[in-house]
Amino acid sequence: MVELGRIVEKVRSKNAGPFWLTIDIFCGTAETFERVCHGVPTERVAKLFDSDPGETKRFEIASLNVVKFSLPRPVVQGRRADRDMHGASYAALVAEMVVDR
Amino acid sequence: MTVRVLVPSGALGLGYDAAAMRRGIAAEPDIIAIDGGSTDSGPSYLGRGVSKYSRASTKAEWSGLIEAAAAAGVPLVIGTAGTCGADGAVDWLVGITEEILAETGGSARVAVLKSGQSAADVGRALASGRITPLHPAPDIDGEVLGGCGNIVALAGAEQVNAALDTGADIVIAGRTTDTAIIAALPLARGCHPGGAWHGAKIGECGALCATNPQSGVIMLEFDGEGFNVSPLADGARATPHTVSAHMLYENADPFILHEPGGHLDVTDARYRALDATRVRVTGSRWVPSERYTVKLEGARRVGYQCVMLALLRDRRYVRNVDDWCSGVLSGCRAKVSARLGLEPEGFDIELRVIGRNATLGSLENRVNDAVELGVLAIVTAGSRDAVDEIGKTLNPYLLHHPLTLDEEQPTFAFPFSPAELERGEVFEFCLNHVMELRDPMEAFVLEVREIG
Repeated sequence: MVELGRIVEKVRSKNAGPFWLTIDIFCGTAETFERVCHGVPTERVAKLFDSDPGETKRFEIASLNVVKFSLPRPVVQGRRADRDMHGASYAALVAEMVVDR
Repeated sequence: MTVRVLVPSGALGLGYDAAAMRRGIAAEPDIIAIDGGSTDSGPSYLGRGVSKYSRASTKAEWSGLIEAAAAAGVPLVIGTAGTCGADGAVDWLVGITEEILAETGGSARVAVLKSGQSAADVGRALASGRITPLHPAPDIDGEVLGGCGNIVALAGAEQVNAALDTGADIVIAGRTTDTAIIAALPLARGCHPGGAWHGAKIGECGALCATNPQSGVIMLEFDGEGFNVSPLADGARATPHTVSAHMLYENADPFILHEPGGHLDVTDARYRALDATRVRVTGSRWVPSERYTVKLEGARRVGYQCVMLALLRDRRYVRNVDDWCSGVLSGCRAKVSARLGLEPEGFDIELRVIGRNATLGSLENRVNDAVELGVLAIVTAGSRDAVDEIGKTLNPYLLHHPLTLDEEQPTFAFPFSPAELERGEVFEFCLNHVMELRDPMEAFVLEVREIG
């Protein structure tokens, strides 16, 4: 078992407007891309954000070796309960997710 | 036909590489286009109608661009002026423009495009079924709309072209889509529509679509089939990878981009290296929509706020921080109710423990032993006076609250005096909706001024 962040190039999260969060997993190689496609189910990512898997969009982009997830922001950007205005820290939850080695 | 759009950087106020900009001017652009902002810095800027960047930086950079555009004899356009594109922020940049032209002895025809919407107009559109929620959208009614500091509609290429058609030397636009200011001229001159919007999306953040992204300046060259992208700073290279990867950036869907009047589909786009630094893109598709809609943004007032920070370094208090926080909250809330006569729902006090889960809250799944913890207190209430009073009531709790009654009174670290930091009025985004227009100019105001 290994943290996802240790096998991929980079995990990035950003706002996609005030109401959505988008997470890009840059896998680096076709081989890692295949591992991430098979080893990171949408349900597990949604669970990290307490989010509905049915609302979590998944994109597997082979030409970039990127797996991308987009979901409604856990808290709308800038609401009183929001803790991260730009949404960049959510990436840590995905990068620290443990996957099969 | 070829249209060259020179993009100095991702936003006015971020700075741009002067040498690369000179190279761009030498390459004979047809227009200089720069973005002025976005929602990314949060609702306060839209709510107050102000810029996040310093006036001095804005003026210095805007002055340089006015000079460059005049030297090249081409129009200069800015979209989403003053970070949020509200009418007040547009006026702010118009004022800076007047100052610059007065100081340099220059003159210019300036087209001012305003995107501000009155709550009454949006309310009427809502009542007549011309407003459609996107997902997820907060519920709205007349009260929500009336509580907005500002509401803006995002202009598209049609409105920017109406401004350019006035023969303006400078276009200062309120809220536009990030792409509209770049796509407008290529579309007006008959370039490939899919290519125009796709190139605009790739170029909207300046050199973020290339290596050395801080360098800013890029040239986009549009034609009948697609576009070429060329970063202009030393050491900056665009590759098929860096360009196509930019479609991921701050985009929920990396293949589809909605704009007024239709959407861009890049599913079948082809990215080809022209040489070591330039990329050509073809195969992007523009799909017109039946209805012409513009997206709305609004930031409504939700009260006033002050924040305080207390630092816990005592090992026993670090270990028992949860008990300490609940003791502080229950004691202070009871006292606020008793002394100020406020109902519990009339105010909010939140404590976030920095060093434990202040960033992710209940989503945090790691634990560690901290040397010290910060306790960030956030006080929100309906008036400035109430927030001031609650902050002062909270102060002694954050400074001295003991875990047990029989111990000597503890004192924690306050980094500031006064400990309460006023945040003023706070706002939240309350619109994720589109509004249907019968005519693209219906919701926008265009005015031409001869300055200087």
